[in-house]
Amino acid sequence: MTAVDNASNSDQLVVTQRLDRSTSVTEFVLERRDRRRLPDWAPGAHIDVVLPSGKIRQYSLCGDRWAPHQYRIAVQRDDLGGGGSVELHTELKPGDTISFGGPRNNFRLAPAQSYRFIAGGIGISALLPMIAQANLLGLEWQLLYLGRNLERMAYQELQERYPERVTVHASQNAGRISIREWLGSPPDDTMVYACGPESLLEALPEACSDLPETTLRTERFTNTMADAIVSSEPYEIKLQRSGRVVEAPGNTSVVDVLANAGVDVITSCSQGVCGTCEVDVLAGEIDHRDAILDDDERATNTCMFPCVSRSLSERLVLDL
Amino acid sequence: MTTNAVSKCPFTGAPDLAPASHEQQVDVPVLLEDPFEESNLADPHPMHKRLRDADADVVYLPAYDIYAVARYEAVLDTLENWQDYSSAAGVGLSNFNKEEPWRTPSLLLEADPPKHDAPRATLEKILGARQLRRFQTDWTNTAHRLVDGLLTNAQHQTARAIELDAVTEISEVYPLSVFPDAVGLQQGGLDNLLPYGNFAFNAFGPRNRLVTDELDTIGPVMEWVGQQCPRDALNPDSFGGDIWRAADQRNITEEQAPLIVRSLLTAGVDTTVYGISAVLYHLASNPEQYARLREQPQLVRRVFEEALRLESPVQTFFRTTTRKVQIGDTTLPENQKILMFLGAANRDPRRWDNADDFDLDRDPSGHLAFGSGAHQCVGQHVARLEASCVLDALIERVEGIEFAAPPVRKINNTLLGWHSLPLRFIPA
Repeated sequence: MTAVDNASNSDQLVVTQRLDRSTSVTEFVLERRDRRRLPDWAPGAHIDVVLPSGKIRQYSLCGDRWAPHQYRIAVQRDDLGGGGSVELHTELKPGDTISFGGPRNNFRLAPAQSYRFIAGGIGISALLPMIAQANLLGLEWQLLYLGRNLERMAYQELQERYPERVTVHASQNAGRISIREWLGSPPDDTMVYACGPESLLEALPEACSDLPETTLRTERFTNTMADAIVSSEPYEIKLQRSGRVVEAPGNTSVVDVLANAGVDVITSCSQGVCGTCEVDVLAGEIDHRDAILDDDERATNTCMFPCVSRSLSERLVLDL
Repeated sequence: MTTNAVSKCPFTGAPDLAPASHEQQVDVPVLLEDPFEESNLADPHPMHKRLRDADADVVYLPAYDIYAVARYEAVLDTLENWQDYSSAAGVGLSNFNKEEPWRTPSLLLEADPPKHDAPRATLEKILGARQLRRFQTDWTNTAHRLVDGLLTNAQHQTARAIELDAVTEISEVYPLSVFPDAVGLQQGGLDNLLPYGNFAFNAFGPRNRLVTDELDTIGPVMEWVGQQCPRDALNPDSFGGDIWRAADQRNITEEQAPLIVRSLLTAGVDTTVYGISAVLYHLASNPEQYARLREQPQLVRRVFEEALRLESPVQTFFRTTTRKVQIGDTTLPENQKILMFLGAANRDPRRWDNADDFDLDRDPSGHLAFGSGAHQCVGQHVARLEASCVLDALIERVEGIEFAAPPVRKINNTLLGWHSLPLRFIPA
């Protein structure tokens, strides 16, 4: 096995299990083929999943970080969406492979004495690890879990486990609920974490207007890369300073390609975490796989972490 | 053994205490090494070889009732596996599950997830490579002023070369002229920083002379450090200011903020001093590589990484098992200290060809001088920027570097470095 094969395997995840969590939600258990550790993550993190079709989708990690060789994602089938969730539901079987980037975290659980969690639909998946953490730390918490249809709402067993902490509310059965009333007057050092559809998140600043401004933290279901398709076609890397051009097979990180061509870039973690290998990008469109840049920083398309990232375009020009 | 070895002193008594706290495993090599004995601290490499060459990935050191890893893969696994190997029980010999720490534990170094998460994420952002770009010009200019000053200082002049002690005139000077400003310190007293770092890194070891000699003088130093950490003490436009702003945004708590500032002062000075000395030592030892660096200045980063690999400033850290853990055929009990030899891993021939050579044709990527995983040095980009500024200034103005006299080791329980590096600079 060449160095390139070896390294490009490190972003490959095998589906080891599929678990139906509701009529429309399936949980996928993902591991490396050799069961090596996966990059660390914390509650609120998501990974970028690259599907066999080349579509990129973002899913919150909903498993247990004390199981370091395994990620879990929960996917709600959306027949009216862009096709990513349907592809996962209908085509991804145990033994199949996807690749991933990240994990990234724009929704970190900040320290507080108590938490109010508000989930809309599949937004529950981002909150599960937060609830586990609040329990671990012995902190007070409450969950409001909103959905339209009870049958579609996954992880309702939370209510059986924590009946005094969890309110499940399906609008089809019970109409609308006042979030402001549910929040009431929480203790001073409370944080509100919410994840769900745009309609829910838009209502929250108003519902939280009596609380300090820093209280509310939300995660949107956005997909900034919805239109990007990762190709496995070869691309070329131009090194601006030396003028060299290196041919890259598709689906290979830039560092691996350069190493095979005798050009080394200093790296450290090789997981897109530490930031050591950052390189300025002068032209081309980047296939970001790191855990460092947020969506806005990615969108500037001016720098990359070549130990994991690669190219969406046919040509990438680097300041090397 | 005397009874006061188990007194309330915060520092573990170690060798003479060492009652085997558990059934000794028969399947682990037992080595009668004392890693904190001064000859080993001064020249750890022969001992590192013996540790790596023992017949297993993990060895037992009865001198302190600890296990140890020295091979690259084993050290890397131990560093990254925070689930099995805790930092919250202290990353020195002292086990905080059994003994009281000498200071409030660090929220970064001496913490595990989930409590480690928020301080780490906050500081990682503040010390990120892109955030540091704002210092590039200033730090470059400071390095040039320092080197120019040395070259024009008449006291140093011999016939056509300049003789100096690179430790006291470069390595200890440069970090102190850029880093405290960046942290936001503004009240003077910077001469406390080196003694504080030196003590903190000694305190990870046993309570030997290196620790006890300082006990009488460290009190006021610790007090000064504590005084630098509140919001009012810090320039708002600084790392310290950024840390307090994170508390305003409630990403960390107000109680956490001063301790995170303290981490910068503990870990951000001595380490870079030692790192700069390490690279100057290896350049003086390898004049042909210095000449090559002058021809290919883009190698500056690699030079620094290669020097850190060969002479890792932080040589050792401990972890503590959170449960029974299996390493190869050996089972470690729960709540057991394990010592990681970063410096030994960085010269492991299983990982590196010609491991003891300073070689600019080598890709030093993956060395463990900054650690790895959740606790990997959060200030690594600061260290790299400082070192590259110094080296850039040096190669521009200095044609050759040689030893003017034999260098002298500085002895520290954790750090490997130089007390003096008498060098001769030949101006370009």
